[in-house]
Amino acid sequence: MAHAQTKFDVTEARLADVSLPRGGRWITEAREAALARLRAMGLPGRRDEYWKFTRPDTLISADVPEAAVFDPQEAPVFDDLDKLLIVFVDGVFDADASSDLSGEGIEIERLATAGEADIHWAKDTYGVLEARGQTPVHRPLAAWNTAFATDGIVVRVTDKVSRPINMRYLHKDPTSDAILHHVVRVESGAEVTLLETGPAAARFNKSMEVDVAAGGAFHHIRSQGRDHERRAATHIFARLGTESVFKSFTLTANGVLTRNEAFIEIMGDDAVAHIAGAALGDGDFHHDDTVFITHDAVNCESRQVFKKVLRNGAVGTFQGKILVKAGAQKTDGYQISQSLLLDDDAQFLAKPELEIYADDVACSHGSTSGAIDEEALFYLRSRGVPAGEAADLLVLAFLAEAIDEIERDDIADDIRGRLEGWLARHRS
Amino acid sequence: MLSINNLHVKLEEEDKEILKGVDLTVEAGKVHAIMGPNGSGKSTLSYVLSGRDGYEVTDGSATLDGDDLLELEPEERAAAGLFLAFQYPVEIPGVGNMTFLRTAVNAQRKARGEEELSAGDFLKLVREKAKALKIDADMLMRPVNVGFSGGEKKRNEILQMAMLEPRMCILDETDSGLDVDAMKLVSEGVNALRNEGRGFLVITHYQRLLDHIKPDVVHIMADGKIVKSGGPELALEVENNGYGDILAEVA
Repeated sequence: MAHAQTKFDVTEARLADVSLPRGGRWITEAREAALARLRAMGLPGRRDEYWKFTRPDTLISADVPEAAVFDPQEAPVFDDLDKLLIVFVDGVFDADASSDLSGEGIEIERLATAGEADIHWAKDTYGVLEARGQTPVHRPLAAWNTAFATDGIVVRVTDKVSRPINMRYLHKDPTSDAILHHVVRVESGAEVTLLETGPAAARFNKSMEVDVAAGGAFHHIRSQGRDHERRAATHIFARLGTESVFKSFTLTANGVLTRNEAFIEIMGDDAVAHIAGAALGDGDFHHDDTVFITHDAVNCESRQVFKKVLRNGAVGTFQGKILVKAGAQKTDGYQISQSLLLDDDAQFLAKPELEIYADDVACSHGSTSGAIDEEALFYLRSRGVPAGEAADLLVLAFLAEAIDEIERDDIADDIRGRLEGWLARHRS
Repeated sequence: MLSINNLHVKLEEEDKEILKGVDLTVEAGKVHAIMGPNGSGKSTLSYVLSGRDGYEVTDGSATLDGDDLLELEPEERAAAGLFLAFQYPVEIPGVGNMTFLRTAVNAQRKARGEEELSAGDFLKLVREKAKALKIDADMLMRPVNVGFSGGEKKRNEILQMAMLEPRMCILDETDSGLDVDAMKLVSEGVNALRNEGRGFLVITHYQRLLDHIKPDVVHIMADGKIVKSGGPELALEVENNGYGDILAEVA
């Protein structure tokens, strides 16, 4: 087991440089448990089954590869919305730029504050959902996050909240290494929309644990910023109760390396989990969606819709699994991962998986790679639509199924506008 | 209006000549029909004129009111007033029919230096034109041609033609896949567009379409050339005797 030895050596060498942050009793216990998990599994290595498509080196190295700060020269995403704004600059909370941490139907505070208390409601979620998500596939960067994160947002939603919470992540330091950990608990019958926007840092490790109680609803829309050289490893861990709803959409435009993992456990009957992503890469771009959805209840629905538009050497990867446990009858599972390769240099690697132990389920999955439909392009041009505009229209049509997962029209319109802007800037 | 001189075209992929010297002039206000057996080059002519990839013009010219069509991109030909009603209209999943129409209309207006139509004006116009072709709101909202029947697709082509108001319309086997009622509806749509300033080139296998869209001139195409031209009676001759007699006569 030569390589395993090496992997654990690497892990211990990295851990020698760092020490667990100080905090109250509950969070110290959670951090120590996470550190023990991390030591047992080791940091990711190239030979790990779920790291075959993506090189983990720069995500775990002691030195942060520099990432030039990018000025997008446009208003931040969701700028016009009425929202509760929470700003982090290179992973550091910016109180002046943020709204008051209060709102109707929510209890919200910083993890830094919550972590000082000896006991806190967040202890039932913090590191708990992450630990559940370590089986059957290890997610060491998430264990690292639970152990070493010092800030983030801890929010408990007790009512239907119409005003979204917007975490805005600004990147100002070309060598910043940020870790944030959020905890969201949506209580029975409550509802909230969480927005995440911006590149965050040169290297960003972010984890979010989302516990949705019976009848609760959680909506998540994320836009990862346009910095070309930034790196990010993010995790969403979700646990869904009876008749609850979880919907997540991510837009990734640019970024030298992005790994977005999601681990969603459907624990209550009649629950719905949708997760979608639209990724756009031109040049030095590696984008990885790794999704694991477990059905452990009756009559639940899950959808995974991932679309990538790649050109000029950009690489997209998708690893998606639907696990239907014994007894999870009437499961309706759907998974689609597709790439549109705008030239011969782009690459898409996909590993769709279904594992089903119940006999009365409907699960489907599909994965495709293709070029722009030349027939459709000519048809549009023959009607007077210029080639560039016609191609953009077809790309947007390709992405439509993912964007359709966004429920609020104003948010979907903003995302669509960003996509159009990106396409117009990246025409051949 | 449309002037084609000694047009020679071969397939790019293989060294095969499809059009072997086509000469044809369509005047404004006239309807010309091209008939001919399978493989005679009728559809190739329509594709070459509209600018589809895969063909190489080895000789000759094609102009629209003096503009060299062969030098223009497909979208520039459209903006110059050329329109091809496709034999097989293309399905475009994810693009709404209405969005498609509006994008096309405004792209052409923009290319011609005209102001874009407002959302309200566009809606009014499209509703009026759609009604005449019995195209309902559902068909306008659906993705372009997706799930449309053969007749619906052809009606949708004519709707585009009505919205774009081209000067020169080419109809490539618009009658294929149509039942009698649909053919009547489509023909009425075409006839409504006939006027002094507009030329038509109607490509068809069968005379029956020409009962509805009455041509001024009928051409017979065979082996990449126009071999005979005449009045509407030529179409009837084909209907009664097939192409054999005509081809034998010109051979």
